[in-house]
Amino acid sequence: MEAPDIDLDTPSVTLDADPMLLKMGPAHPATHGTVRIIVELSGENIERADVQIGYLHRGFEKMCERGTWSQVFPYVDRCNYVSPLLNNVGYALACEKLLDLQVPLRCQYYRMMLGELARIADHLTCVSAMAMELGAFTPYLWMMKAREMVWDIFEEETGARLTHSFGRIGGMALPPTPGFTEHSQAVVTHVISVIGEAERLLLTNRIFLDRLENVGVMSADDAVSLGWTGPTLRASGIPYDVRKAHPYLRYGDVEFEVPVGVRGDCFDRFVVRLEEMRQSARIIAQCAERMPKDGPVNIDDPRIMLPAKDQVYDTIEGTIQHFKLVMEGIKLPAGEVYGYTEGGNGELGFYLVSDGSGTPHRVRIRPPSFYVTGGLESLITGQMIADVVPCFGSLNMIGGECDH
Amino acid sequence: MAQKLIELVRNEFSDSVLDSYSQHGDETVVIEPESWLALGKFLRDDPGCDMALLVDLTAVDYPQKTPRFEVVAHLASLRLGHRLRAKAAVGATDGTGAQIDSWSGLWGSANWAERECFDMFGVDFRGHPDLRRILLYPEFVGHPLRKDYPADRIQPLVAFRDAENIEKLPPFGPSEGMSFGRKTHDQWLTNRDAADDDL
Repeated sequence: MEAPDIDLDTPSVTLDADPMLLKMGPAHPATHGTVRIIVELSGENIERADVQIGYLHRGFEKMCERGTWSQVFPYVDRCNYVSPLLNNVGYALACEKLLDLQVPLRCQYYRMMLGELARIADHLTCVSAMAMELGAFTPYLWMMKAREMVWDIFEEETGARLTHSFGRIGGMALPPTPGFTEHSQAVVTHVISVIGEAERLLLTNRIFLDRLENVGVMSADDAVSLGWTGPTLRASGIPYDVRKAHPYLRYGDVEFEVPVGVRGDCFDRFVVRLEEMRQSARIIAQCAERMPKDGPVNIDDPRIMLPAKDQVYDTIEGTIQHFKLVMEGIKLPAGEVYGYTEGGNGELGFYLVSDGSGTPHRVRIRPPSFYVTGGLESLITGQMIADVVPCFGSLNMIGGECDH
Repeated sequence: MAQKLIELVRNEFSDSVLDSYSQHGDETVVIEPESWLALGKFLRDDPGCDMALLVDLTAVDYPQKTPRFEVVAHLASLRLGHRLRAKAAVGATDGTGAQIDSWSGLWGSANWAERECFDMFGVDFRGHPDLRRILLYPEFVGHPLRKDYPADRIQPLVAFRDAENIEKLPPFGPSEGMSFGRKTHDQWLTNRDAADDDL
């Protein structure tokens, strides 16, 4: 057959060569979290990207200025809603820093145990969702089942699975239940075995490794400049953990390691979180044997702590104390403080400005995932469109915290 | 621990530092806004400071004070372990003229932090490459974290449906019931209009 009579080198039809604008909108099947990524594509390569957040902005900081200091606890719960106890404990510690007081030893270990359980729940969610978005549905279901067991502990202790509002300035809402340490030990043992199973399923899979290794590389200097903290910064090679650098509660007494990555790619961010869960299990085991079996959980200061209900009903002092604390609020002294702890995504800070009345003047929540998501633009520029999925998943952007 | 850091800053900016103090374990330095960019460069580049991590940058509104807004930056050094809070006051009592230099050329985290500060307070950062709203939508009017912005104002993009026989009234009118907070904010709400009460 003869060759067709078309000159392929000088086409008579000029094709449109403008870059294509794709809006990976706030609801996308392969990203978990409400964020809109507008990418300018040239074929499959991303030339420019614009990350737009704010879809979950609920005005927490304005709301906090309209109540009392204790009424801030439900708001901070709903910031990082996959590890709410870390937020509760962080805010309570910031208020106690302004008051210059320390909670009893039993409360410190209790807060540590609940916080590390919350961190395990957070990392389980991130790791399993990342695997699911790359097509591995089974580890997601296994880890969700493990997370349900962690939530069973929270429901037993606090009454709620997710948004507990369990922290109080000067202690916790309730003391630990009698079977808490045994229950948490049993659950953590099972969670570690589930992590091992998921690792064996994923980390030898050629396709999974190819999608994660050397994808979304962030150098250590860039990560620090972008304000990254937490697992994402540690994956880039910098061993900064607030629990080790500025120990709070009893983190200086327990032994645990800080996993640090090598390349700063999505694979390192994935594996760092897996290892951190194992370290959290170590911390929980050590706290379980060190936590005093009895003793007070809350401090005994009538200006800060609500009295027991029988005293409220039977004694006039209890009634007055309850009335003043509920109607006027705890009067934190005038001044300002920046209290910071290690949240699920990095350094969770609270900058509190108090004017001495019971109402906060300013509550600034320093959200770790806000700064981490700020680096997404530089992470995906130059990558391919399919790399957005593991890059974004490895950052663990929690919308509630990022947008507060 | 950061006392040495405050001395370093005071030696370098002896005529611009307005105040420095230590409170509850945090060290703070208050500086004139004209030296904000020079302070940022010094804190990042001087080997005695080495503050590679800009932890947070935000603002606080003090409507009774002049200047009104206080831009607050928290910095940390990963190598040396010390931390600092740097503050500068900008803005007139009516909220105009709140301008300060941008730190986005020094730290990448300042880019989004300053966008949020502009969004919430209306502070203008000179030299920022892309100063637009980040948490709110572009059609939003006003800066919500200012004390004279009423917390119960809504700005819906899609107007509410105006249908008969639908009771969409809140349980209390705006002047009934106990005020939401323990402290009312009425003294700063000078620009309430009819749309705020009409839900």
